Amino acid sequence: MIVFQNITKIYRANGNETYALDDVTFRINPKEFVSLVGRSGAGKSTLIKLLIGEEKPDRGRIIFGSYDVNKLEPKELPSLRRHVGVVFQDFKLLPNKNAYENVAFALEVAGRPEEEIREFVPKILELVGLKDKMNNFPKELSGGEMQRVAIARALIHNPDVLVADEPTGNLDPITSQEIIRLLLTINEMGTTVILATHNKDIINNLERRVILLENGKIIRDEEKGKYILM
Amino acid sequence: MLTNLSRIIKFGFQRFTRNGWLSTITIAIMFLALIVFGGVNIFNVLSKTALNSIQDRIDISVFFKKETSEDEILKVQSIIKNLPEVKSTEYISRDKALEIFKEQHKDDETISQAIEQVGENPLLASINIKAYDPKQYQMIASFLSGDEFKNDIEKISYDERSANMIDRLIKIIDTTTLFGLIVTAFLTLLAVLVTFTAIGLVIYSSRDEIAIMRLVGSSNFFTSGPYIVEGIIYGLIAAILSTLVLWPIVYFASPYVKVFIPEMNLRQYFTSHFFVILLQQILFGIAVGIIASAIAVRKYLRT
Repeated sequence: MIVFQNITKIYRANGNETYALDDVTFRINPKEFVSLVGRSGAGKSTLIKLLIGEEKPDRGRIIFGSYDVNKLEPKELPSLRRHVGVVFQDFKLLPNKNAYENVAFALEVAGRPEEEIREFVPKILELVGLKDKMNNFPKELSGGEMQRVAIARALIHNPDVLVADEPTGNLDPITSQEIIRLLLTINEMGTTVILATHNKDIINNLERRVILLENGKIIRDEEKGKYILM
Repeated sequence: MLTNLSRIIKFGFQRFTRNGWLSTITIAIMFLALIVFGGVNIFNVLSKTALNSIQDRIDISVFFKKETSEDEILKVQSIIKNLPEVKSTEYISRDKALEIFKEQHKDDETISQAIEQVGENPLLASINIKAYDPKQYQMIASFLSGDEFKNDIEKISYDERSANMIDRLIKIIDTTTLFGLIVTAFLTLLAVLVTFTAIGLVIYSSRDEIAIMRLVGSSNFFTSGPYIVEGIIYGLIAAILSTLVLWPIVYFASPYVKVFIPEMNLRQYFTSHFFVILLQQILFGIAVGIIASAIAVRKYLRT
């Protein structure tokens, strides 16, 4: 269970205050597939950054399972982040590690044994359809393939939640559809998925819960929503 | 813990080998910094030897009256020897003094003839005194000018002229020591700063990578570890290379150094102290590598 309770986040620059999120409250149930939609700057990425403790809210509280996220000390964040798999628009793969090593890294940092790593990493790469490209470095992969590696890495911990921040932003429509299908499969296997996007076509075909954000506020929250701009 | 450590070492080596060009350039810069550091250390050894050689040439002599017996002289010698400021003493009897004088002037017939004509030995017995610190000669001289020794001692070779000369030498030694310290501090600082900049740039170029490692749940220890291992590898390789390159430089410079400081056999010094110098270079290289990496990574560990 994830709860965002009266969250306000203000960015300050040159004496100006910008409300990225303004008193936002909602909850996400286990095994849900939720899309956060809205224009660029609506507050989608800020919500994700707050969830993984990359930033702290000015007001409000975020509960994720047993974690009170904004009360965590920096040294406690790695433990939280091992419960959340995150996928970004720019993939964020380690350039000097191949596909296998990128995925294995997430287990290695958690101190998991080598045997487990050798067993699980090829399996998860097979799930995302990249078993044949395990030894390729990111520069040798296409955008879609890099995003699959990123998804595999996010899933390798068997996280409670998979957060995808504009995962199709750098991909062509066909590859984008493949990535969304993969996210749906992952959701069907029991992982909560939070998808932040401004891609209308993707949302309208999903028929899942949609939370529409505008200027840092929730405008609509519908069970089987569509992305309709106001 | 052991698994984590072995993974950190593995990642450090992986980074080192997979960033070939960056590693080569960083090692080249650290190599130059370590050449400077090694050069400074050799310069310090040279200046110390040169100063010791100058100091060793300074001494004062106490000349005894003709009638003073050898027993008396040896008694005075033991008193002088017991002074805490005195490093060594040497008794030169009248006969020995004549022998030395003859040897020194064996080619000068006029002097040899003059000595023979005098018939008896005109030279006085003396004690040659060397102090630990040239500044203490004045005190030793004034101690020996006291009433206690008035009946035995004819004269002390510490007049105003020699006092002035010793004073000048003391100033030269002090200035050279101070200059050596300033040069050492400056060049060592330069070597440290150059290395810090080089490693700082390597880690700056990896800042996105550090952020990604943090995002997938890597702890600070696990994130910074490979960069510190990388810094150790840079320091180790640069230290070994710089010591190996210093060897031929020392080999060719040694004869020229000998012209200025005859007591210094740089070649022999470097060979006999090779492992100490190597260890010194390695410790400096590794220490700077670790500190520079740790400080540089820390900057990117805050989120």
